[in-house]
Amino acid sequence: MKIELKEISKSFGPVAANTKINLSVSSGEVLGLLGENGAGKTTLMNILTGLYQPDSGQILIRDQERKFYNPRDAIKNGIGMVHQHFMLVPVFSVSENVILGNEPITNVNRINKKEAREEVLKISSKYNLDVDPDELVERLPVGVQQRVEIIKILFREAELLIFDEPTAVLTPQEVLDFFRIVSNLKKSGKAIIFITHKLHEVIQICDRINVLRRGEMVGEANPKKTSNSELAELMVGRSVNLKTKRPKINRGKVLLETKNLQVMSNKKEMGLSNINLKLHENEILGIAGVQGNGQTEFIEALTGLRKISSGEISYFDKRYTNLSPRKIHKMGIKHIPEDRQKQGLINEFSIIENVVLNTYYEDAFSNNISLNWNSAKSEAARVMKQFDVRASSETIPANNLSGGNQQKLVIGREMSRKINLLIASQPTRGVDVGSIEYIHSQIISARNAGIGILLNSTELEEIIALSDRIIVFFEGKIVAELSSNTDPQIIGMAMAGVVN
Amino acid sequence: MKNSIKIKQAFSVDRTTFQDIFFIPILAISLAISLGLLLLLLTGESYQTALTALIALFVGSFGSVSALSETLTAATPLIFAALGIAIGFRAGLFNIGAEGQIIVGGLAAVIIGFSVELPLMLHLTLMLSVGAAFGAGYAFISGWLKAFTGAHEVITTIMLNLIAFRLLDFFLRLPFIQKEGRNDPISKSVLDTAELPRLLVLIDPNLRIHAGFLLAILAVILVYWIIFHTTIGFEFRMVGTNLNAAKYAGVNSSLTIVLAMSAAGLCAGLAGASQISGVLGRATSGFSAGIGFDAIAVALLGRAHPIGVLFSGILFGALVAGGREMQVSAGVSLDLITVIQALIIIFVAAPILVKSIFPWFFGKK
Ligand SMILES: Nc1ncnc2c1ncn2[C@@H]1O[C@H](COP(=O)(O)OP(=O)(O)OP(=O)(O)O)[C@@H](O)[C@H]1O
Ligand SMILES: [Mg+2]
Repeated sequence: MKIELKEISKSFGPVAANTKINLSVSSGEVLGLLGENGAGKTTLMNILTGLYQPDSGQILIRDQERKFYNPRDAIKNGIGMVHQHFMLVPVFSVSENVILGNEPITNVNRINKKEAREEVLKISSKYNLDVDPDELVERLPVGVQQRVEIIKILFREAELLIFDEPTAVLTPQEVLDFFRIVSNLKKSGKAIIFITHKLHEVIQICDRINVLRRGEMVGEANPKKTSNSELAELMVGRSVNLKTKRPKINRGKVLLETKNLQVMSNKKEMGLSNINLKLHENEILGIAGVQGNGQTEFIEALTGLRKISSGEISYFDKRYTNLSPRKIHKMGIKHIPEDRQKQGLINEFSIIENVVLNTYYEDAFSNNISLNWNSAKSEAARVMKQFDVRASSETIPANNLSGGNQQKLVIGREMSRKINLLIASQPTRGVDVGSIEYIHSQIISARNAGIGILLNSTELEEIIALSDRIIVFFEGKIVAELSSNTDPQIIGMAMAGVVN
Repeated sequence: MKNSIKIKQAFSVDRTTFQDIFFIPILAISLAISLGLLLLLLTGESYQTALTALIALFVGSFGSVSALSETLTAATPLIFAALGIAIGFRAGLFNIGAEGQIIVGGLAAVIIGFSVELPLMLHLTLMLSVGAAFGAGYAFISGWLKAFTGAHEVITTIMLNLIAFRLLDFFLRLPFIQKEGRNDPISKSVLDTAELPRLLVLIDPNLRIHAGFLLAILAVILVYWIIFHTTIGFEFRMVGTNLNAAKYAGVNSSLTIVLAMSAAGLCAGLAGASQISGVLGRATSGFSAGIGFDAIAVALLGRAHPIGVLFSGILFGALVAGGREMQVSAGVSLDLITVIQALIIIFVAAPILVKSIFPWFFGKK
């Protein structure tokens, strides 16, 4: 089966998201789709899956023109997509989620749960998608939820599977599992389109690579012959410095210190036990660890979003334990949250409103009673310019921004106000290489200017590139403190709890 | 033309589009009226009657100065109460309790109205403020319960409505309040200084439209300003749209919920007080007349936007006034109006339905 897009164009008001794009993919092939934030990748895939209608252009399947008016039309033609934000019902079981909207019916018009369950098992064994059909989705780790999404579209007999930044939220181990799944799918004759910002990943698993820039298809690359830097240049249109420079600098006095910090997790168990650490001025302290080992709880405790059960935190030698998020923010502690959609932004609000989301009460934007939208608007324009947030105007809602541009908006907001300490969680998740370069350089220059930075990232490379010192979280404890030139293998072992 | 562009810009502040709060209500109402009349035909009424009913609906609501006066008189308490419900919606709260808040606010107002002797302006101000304060206080209970115990506001406001109904009957029989020489639950009448002045006495002293309508328009402007241009309004909208992000941004969500609920009650209390002061002059056991429930529909129809509320409040007022005329001249039961109101709510709750019936009004997506 061959799926082709011919001369596809799509605009949102003044923004040309896709301009005359041609693309094709066939069975048994993995096509990589690269491009800067806002280049139009997601838009193009939304057109292919019937979520949007193109302004012009054609979709051809086996050389026949097809028109998709909604995702159902696309799935009928064998095209399915795993979105970056999963679309599962958390309180339903795996097999219930899989059949939702496509339920097998018994002869008395009841949902045939038994058949559903068997179907799920059949698919999962055929493609090596290990998952328990009876488990509730909310209890599953992200990597397994992703498998459920895959089973869901396979159940609808998809021949083309589209993955929009599937690896952004996965742990390194889960990424390996995911690659195995992709090669199984490929072997059984499925066509696959894979979107990512991680260049080594496309080189590793794709057969062909297409690159978009500002809505246009700017080139193809052969994964066997290309390199990271060539791909980066093709994407951004200039050469990108993929190696972050971190000049030596002497750290200053202690900025933040925690003593025997204990915090409960959501399951009312001890989420963190006895966390002791010091963070200095002019220092980047990296937190390495597989997601779910207490990093989130720790950061929530520091930012006032989670109650501290015992122990203490001090900041500039002053104790602060269980202060409100507002008070902590006012002390110059800024927080880039790990989930921009759930926490960092309000999707329905405009860029302007999001830029002042946690500073609206400050003198610059209000007189304590009424808001000054004009100064908020100029602040938005400034952040957008400085952090290259691409949008048609400041008044559009945040959910009309591409994923990476949303992330840049959050970073720009937090890094452009008065700041002593920056707590950054997954700061470059979903961000393109050019912007990673810029964000990293901003973090480094903040550190050079005397700011202390706590960096939490599941990207080990990012931790190693930026951190002056690394601590490793495992099962709610700090199991190792390492210098930044430690062998990545040793860090990896510590992340798995192996320390000698 | 120019003007409409300006209005569109004003709406873009919160991206509730002009079509959302202008066309959808109009279309929903037209559809509902058409279906209502169809229903009338199905019950065996003649075309003649249906046509008379339709004409009466319009004549009775907008056809003359007195019709217009009736429409706006009926719209006034609806606008007040619906503004409160809109504030609640913005903060993610579903306030079913406007009816109870109207009762409590109106009862407090009527007591001030007959028991205190003050010059006109002072008396009116005191009476309306006390009514507003009592409405706010009554809603505060639900807000507090929600914020600090997690009790759902839908449940608590329903309970408080029931309590308000009984409380009203109880209070209206207290010797201090009950009208002298009466056995039924009815209060003393408010003093002349506690009556909101009628606006069109120069044309005809019987025209009931009163200064409360002007206050309602003022309230629309004020609530618009609060929701979209103040820090507290921003906090309401944050808490109502994404609680997680609001907490991250340092908003005290419990306090915000209590404030939003109290503000909602304040508006409903004003509805009660202005109804007593401007129209009724005294409280009886059914004086709230379901205004608090109709106001939920008004707020929904107005998309929780103050200007939308003004607009749909007037439309609902028109249905009330026109409905009376319809009953008189076409002999059609007022129940038809209730049916039409219910249909309106269905169409509003399903804007996609309206959009697909009138696709040419709305641009393609
Ligand atoms: N619904 C929409 N309304 C208005 N503009 C939109 C909408 N969806 C996307 N856009 C704009 O279209 C452009 C392309 O966005 P798209 O989401 O396709 O980018 P992307 O390549 O997926 O980027 P990222 O890597 O950041 O996810 C962006 O400028 C975005 O702001
Ligand atoms: Mg995208």
